[in-house]
Amino acid sequence: MADALTMERDWQLPDRGTVGILFLIVTESALFAIFVATYLIYIGKSPVGPYPRDVLEIPVVSSICLLSSSLTVYFAEHALLHNKLARFRLWWSATILLGLEFLISTGMEWRKLIYEDHLTISTNLFGSTFYSLVGLHASHVIVGLVFLILVLTVTLMGFPIQTQFRRVKFLSWYWHFVDAIWVIVFTVVYVIGR
Amino acid sequence: MLNPVIALLLQVQVPGVAEHRVTDIFTPLASPAAAEKNIAMLTIAITTAIFVVVGGLILFTIFRFRRRPGDDLHQEPPQVYGSNQIEAAWTIIPLLIVFILIGVSARVIAAVQNASPPKSTLHVTVIGHQWWWEVYYPDYGVRTANEIHIPANIDGQTATYLTLQSADVIHSFWVPQLSGKMDLIPNRNNYLWIDPKDPGVYVGNCAEYCGTQHAKMLLRVIAQTPADFNKWAADQRKPQEENAQAAGAKAAFESLSCISCHAVRGTSAAGRFGPDLTHLMTRQTLAAGIMVNNGRSLRDWVNDPQYPKPGCFMPSMKLTNQELDQVVAYLQSLN
Amino acid sequence: MATVDYPLDRPPVKDTEFSFSQALYSWVATVDHKRLGLMYIVSALLFFVVAGIMAAVIRLQLMFPENDLVGPATYNRLFTMHGTTMVFLVGMPMVAGFSNYLVPLMIGARDMAFPRLNAFGFWIFLFGGLLLYYSYIGGGGLQGAGSAPDVGWFAYAPLSEGAFSRGSATDYWALGVMVAGIGSIASAINVIATALCMRCPGMSLSRMPVFVWVMLIDSWLIVVALPPLTAGQIMLMLDRHLHANFFDTQAGGSAVLWQHIFWIFGHPEVYILIFPAFAILSEVIPVFSRKPLFGRPAMVGAVVAIGFISLGVWAHHMFAVGMTSWSNSFFAASTMFVGIPTGIKIFNWTATMYGGKLRLDTPLLFCCGFLLQFLVAGLTGIMLGVAPFDWQLHDTYFVVAHFHFTLLLGLVFGLFAGIYYWYPKAFGRMYNEKLGKLHFWLFCIGANLTFIPLHFAGMLGMPRRIYTYPAGRGWEGWNMVSTVGVFFQAAGILFFLWTMVRSAFVGEPAGDDPWDGWTLEWATSSPPPEYNFEKLPVVRSSRPLWDLKHPHDPDWKFE
Repeated sequence: MADALTMERDWQLPDRGTVGILFLIVTESALFAIFVATYLIYIGKSPVGPYPRDVLEIPVVSSICLLSSSLTVYFAEHALLHNKLARFRLWWSATILLGLEFLISTGMEWRKLIYEDHLTISTNLFGSTFYSLVGLHASHVIVGLVFLILVLTVTLMGFPIQTQFRRVKFLSWYWHFVDAIWVIVFTVVYVIGR
Repeated sequence: MLNPVIALLLQVQVPGVAEHRVTDIFTPLASPAAAEKNIAMLTIAITTAIFVVVGGLILFTIFRFRRRPGDDLHQEPPQVYGSNQIEAAWTIIPLLIVFILIGVSARVIAAVQNASPPKSTLHVTVIGHQWWWEVYYPDYGVRTANEIHIPANIDGQTATYLTLQSADVIHSFWVPQLSGKMDLIPNRNNYLWIDPKDPGVYVGNCAEYCGTQHAKMLLRVIAQTPADFNKWAADQRKPQEENAQAAGAKAAFESLSCISCHAVRGTSAAGRFGPDLTHLMTRQTLAAGIMVNNGRSLRDWVNDPQYPKPGCFMPSMKLTNQELDQVVAYLQSLN
Repeated sequence: MATVDYPLDRPPVKDTEFSFSQALYSWVATVDHKRLGLMYIVSALLFFVVAGIMAAVIRLQLMFPENDLVGPATYNRLFTMHGTTMVFLVGMPMVAGFSNYLVPLMIGARDMAFPRLNAFGFWIFLFGGLLLYYSYIGGGGLQGAGSAPDVGWFAYAPLSEGAFSRGSATDYWALGVMVAGIGSIASAINVIATALCMRCPGMSLSRMPVFVWVMLIDSWLIVVALPPLTAGQIMLMLDRHLHANFFDTQAGGSAVLWQHIFWIFGHPEVYILIFPAFAILSEVIPVFSRKPLFGRPAMVGAVVAIGFISLGVWAHHMFAVGMTSWSNSFFAASTMFVGIPTGIKIFNWTATMYGGKLRLDTPLLFCCGFLLQFLVAGLTGIMLGVAPFDWQLHDTYFVVAHFHFTLLLGLVFGLFAGIYYWYPKAFGRMYNEKLGKLHFWLFCIGANLTFIPLHFAGMLGMPRRIYTYPAGRGWEGWNMVSTVGVFFQAAGILFFLWTMVRSAFVGEPAGDDPWDGWTLEWATSSPPPEYNFEKLPVVRSSRPLWDLKHPHDPDWKFE
């Protein structure tokens, strides 16, 4: 049966890694959805202060950093696709630096909130929802950074990273996802919630 | 396995009271329960019909097409892959049934939930505690526990509106023959109304798991003629009468730590953690409806509440026999 | 049928000298989907026996009014652990076990998409289960003797908050379930990737076995519905340990929010649990009726519909929390709509049997039991969906009876059908048909005897989760009959375990294809080799083995 042979030769299915990472993102989105919904439900429900309007400052710089790191990681991936290793290392390091900047300014923001404004997770509903949602996002940034740094380290040690292009691509998707979540968190916490 | 002592202790059959103890939801005795019964009967009729038809079809198929001895095992039956007409039929018919049920449900939901109070309405606040019911009459300033006295709806114009709250965890108010259940949720007000036509005692339970003694959180709604209810309410409003005979017993009660949880209006006992004991002896039962209220069970209860109701928050105070006598004597004077 | 050579991933396993430590190592270190599937199913069965014993104690306690076999504290732990175990440590691993064992075989693949993730999923699930059970030792925390959680399997806040649930028991509940849930998500993503990316040549989605379709949608539900539970449990743990205020009603938190979050997970969860039964019936009934599945596209469509509608019905568990009449009406409506695709499935299974030649062996007997009993469960579900009726029935023994009809007389019957059906494939030996039938009849009689009376107890006002009840309220007779049924069920389970263990050693050799089946798992040896297929098959219809056996009347001519 010749047609069976043709069928077999032409048999194409989606890449399992792509499907896997996409559904990882779906399941993470479901997790975030509940925290976002909880944040929205509890806006304005805190019986005691401090309230968002009094203590939250819009994190303009760190948001720009995080969002632009989506671009740099794309450039890095693009460079790797064309086998331009030096350029890959450059953009990849830029991504890490931008991510670190975001993380540090989140840390500074929390420090100010805790020590100056006396807002902790147990102060009121705002504190509970704020730290849990922003903290959940920040923990995803940390996980992303760990993997980004891992890739950079093995690259600098001379590992032929271009052989792992698929994995680099999946990591960059994850990073885009973390950025997209930040857009939502930013809107909910700093725009609607304030 | 049946402990005869406990069984005897817990026989809650108050003498001389018309009690509705078999709480069959299909013998409703108030309007909400009646509305719910009607839609229940319709639903049961529809589902029974479906069960008979579909179940019959399944049984017929199993019986008719079972393999019998002598069948040619190599001969496969005709291979039928499906039929659009038949499948459309058994999609559309259930769809129609579902639309009927949705329409009827929505009507009954609105009728029960959004009913407006009639002319003469009694307002009662019921507050759930682990594991008893606080009952407060805002119009009368009366506070009691576990037994809700209401006027029966003899004139067809009387209803009782309940505001449901909770002091700790979620409970659920359920007197099956009067109404479906409604949860008592902390930090939230829920509402329910009941209008039993006949005077009598309607038994119910907490219907949301609320911790160790959820099982023994029983509830009694006592519907009375309007005259009887007014007399009861007037009596309850009076402060506790001083009884000269019980003066010594009262002093003993006030010297014990009972008063840090219990209140008796007009005395130094002002605790709020446990039930208000004012006019205690006018209540039919003790410990959220688990035992008849009389001298003997009162004594057993005060002596060791952990025996009939293990895990409840009232501790055994390890009273001496003399203290116990005095406390029970005082409690029995609370008419 | 034409096939091409395919390089084997690994050399076939050779029979080596038996050594216990080697055998143990080979099972612990395995990434073979069949071994992992069996380990899932066997550990689920172990948990099933444990939780079943708990259920028996519960029934013995309720046999008489005012019984004092166990006290309230013990009883509350028993029903909490029974429910949690059955849902998270029996139902969920059964999903993973059946899909692991069968999905690659049915789609003609050599393994799952991510074999190591698969092993991770199993071990993390087992760890979660043991963590939950460790609460019997460590649940008292620093405050004293151990205890298991006693907050009910849905752990309603604020009862599960630190103020009302002291000690560490509830923490073990939250962490154990969360960890087991991570395993379930890992396994679900794996099944999705396997079903979408690993199919053998020719197996388009429209030719994929319905079993695989159902498991694919089931995995989708796991992926979207489990994270909400995890989110809720994270909030609960933050409340309990960092004194956050999510469910702290004193600080403005909402007790109803936990219910929403829990049931956003919880209602899809009951479909997640029942889907394996749907999947199994869709394979067993056609083969045992000797007819293809009636209305295959509609069957797949119904499952997909359930996979989406079931995400929007959760608040029918909350008709008594005082939602607006509009919300109540909406959720009553969506609940009834989800009944329609479920109804379609029952009709189509019946139509598959209609006109066939029914081979009434144990697997099909269990399927027939499922059909009739699941019909009852579906109809009592409609009753509960009618919100005003639910105000009476909610949280009573009627609900207990309803979901046991769904999960015990439904799901578990389906699982038994599947276990008997694929037993010869997994072990190469036939189970004992006489013992199997004995198991079916005892279990069927026992389960009905136990759960039919409970409907009536509920309609007479008996609330669920009470450790005892007073005499004279009309509940005694129903409870007595219900408990008697337990003995029949227990006897049935004993025969089941006996035939499972015994037949693995002394059963008749089964051959590769004892049922004259049509899906690819019957095309390889029993038990299948580690690499599943020597040569990857090529398929042209949804019943590739029918095509092989009937070259003059192949299915692909009609598809």
